[in-house]
Amino acid sequence: MQKLADFKLPQFFNYPPYFTLQPVRDTREKQIQLWKELILDYCKSQKIFLIGVEEDFPLFSNSAIDRSLSHEARETFLSAIVGEGRAEWLDKGHRKCLVLWHRIQDWADIILQFVRDNGLEDSVMTVEEIRSGTESLGTELQGIDRTILMRALKLLENKGKLALFKGTSADDEGVKFSV
Amino acid sequence: MASGSSSIGIGGLFENAEVTTSGRPVLRRNEVECFLLSSVDIDSEDDPPRFTALRSGNLILTTHRLIWIPSQSNGAVPSSVPLAAVTHIYSHKKSIKSMFHSPRIRFQANPGSIVVTIVFRGKGDFDEFLTKLWECWRGRAWEEEEKSESETSRSGSGTVAQGLYGNDGTVRMVGLAGILRKEQEQWESTDKSLQDAFQDLNALMSKAKEMVSLAEKMRQKLLSAPSSQNGSTDDEEMGSKEEMQQWMLSVGIISPVTKESAGALYHQELSRQLADFVRIPLEQAGGMISLTDMYYHFNRARGTELISPDDLWQACTLWEKFDVPVMLRKFDSGVMVIQNKSHSDEEVMSRIRMLVTKTETLKVGVTASDAALTLKIAPAMAKEHLLTAETKGLLCRDMSPDGLRFYFNLFPEIDPTNIHIVKDFGTYGEWIKATSLLSV
Repeated sequence: MQKLADFKLPQFFNYPPYFTLQPVRDTREKQIQLWKELILDYCKSQKIFLIGVEEDFPLFSNSAIDRSLSHEARETFLSAIVGEGRAEWLDKGHRKCLVLWHRIQDWADIILQFVRDNGLEDSVMTVEEIRSGTESLGTELQGIDRTILMRALKLLENKGKLALFKGTSADDEGVKFSV
Repeated sequence: MASGSSSIGIGGLFENAEVTTSGRPVLRRNEVECFLLSSVDIDSEDDPPRFTALRSGNLILTTHRLIWIPSQSNGAVPSSVPLAAVTHIYSHKKSIKSMFHSPRIRFQANPGSIVVTIVFRGKGDFDEFLTKLWECWRGRAWEEEEKSESETSRSGSGTVAQGLYGNDGTVRMVGLAGILRKEQEQWESTDKSLQDAFQDLNALMSKAKEMVSLAEKMRQKLLSAPSSQNGSTDDEEMGSKEEMQQWMLSVGIISPVTKESAGALYHQELSRQLADFVRIPLEQAGGMISLTDMYYHFNRARGTELISPDDLWQACTLWEKFDVPVMLRKFDSGVMVIQNKSHSDEEVMSRIRMLVTKTETLKVGVTASDAALTLKIAPAMAKEHLLTAETKGLLCRDMSPDGLRFYFNLFPEIDPTNIHIVKDFGTYGEWIKATSLLSV
């Protein structure tokens, strides 16, 4: 079967009707489900956090069968993911979509686990260090989208697990954990 | 030249012109009409006038004559002047004075060098007429006839045919003159047949008027008759009313009381006749035929007494009331078809299923035309069936620049929670095999 980078594509990716938005309701429901799973799987494996509807997202077209999703289809499928809470539209025009292959809550849990694993219960770190520091190498937090990270941290802040503070410059936001 | 002395001109300048019963001039052999103007007077220039003026008529210019036909029957006689008699046409000078007067043409004609004025009081294209008059007069079409007549009278053996006319007097079709002549003749014969047709049409129109007024009278009678509410006396009336309807149907007039009676007799009869007729075309079309196709077949078979699309549709809807083996069916798309009651959707679905699960069609799908060929039905019908199959979940669609294709619907067989799994049984596996086998 085909691969996109190191991601193994499912067989039905070569099924031409997969790329046509189905008019019959039941068929469309099934189609939407398959697209949801595929998009989330792919984004997770490739650590993709952002999808631009009009951009060349690799899943949206299949040159082997010469098919690609219409704008309407793309919006429909992404909206379905948004509807389930696994993505968010970043603009009213539905042009950019933030993909939450982990929910914010899941990310929050991952951060807590990260803190425990590295014995950072009472320490201070910059936000940037969380996503690109040595501790995060090889973990899921490596390269996490800033927006998502901030949301997860805010969530934890509300739960009293940490405190966010501004540093000397704009990128120098820090975190004090009190897990 | 037509005989008939004229009481108008001295020494017969004007001749009586033959006209048909509907007032069209009878043209002679090779005579072609060139122009027509209405509201024309013909006056004598001389004082005292040398002929009685002709007032208010239509003037027809032909290649041979000027024909004047009175527009009202005011006792005037249709008259004509042969162009051959015209010796001189006065040039038309436009002056301030002429702008305020009706345009006129003056010409001199023999016998007697009579000066004639034609006054145009109507709205026609005067300039065009004048141009054509010069053309026709200069064209001297009458001379060619005389020439051909005189040539045939000569004993023509040994003389080489020269010019436009052969030895036997018929026109030779040579050169540019020949081509023009041929066209001219064709145009003349068309003109003649058109004239004949118009005469028939006029006759038909006057008959139609009679029929319409008759039908109106009948209609009034039927409508004014009281509707059946009370007593036995009305049975008689009802009886005669029905008789009236029958009679009217037999002369082809649709009953005016359609809404009151339970489906007009006309439609009922038509409905039965249609049900009988429909059997054979239906078989030929594979069990289902569109309403428009049936309209064509039925009317073609009838030849005359054609029925309207509305009549056809009404006749089909009446089938519900009778016990006939055919039915009218309307698809979601609005397409209406006639099908055998025995012709079930299930049967077509199973045939489609068989078609789309073949190895080749699993891979490339089917278009409406593919289906039409395989199922042996009309492409429009095939499309309807494919769409129905799609709605039922048997097929799904693929839209691309190549067009619309339908595939066996694999979506239900794929597990969204485990998108890489392929079940051992099922068409999904077949499809995978088909695509890997046939792809290069």
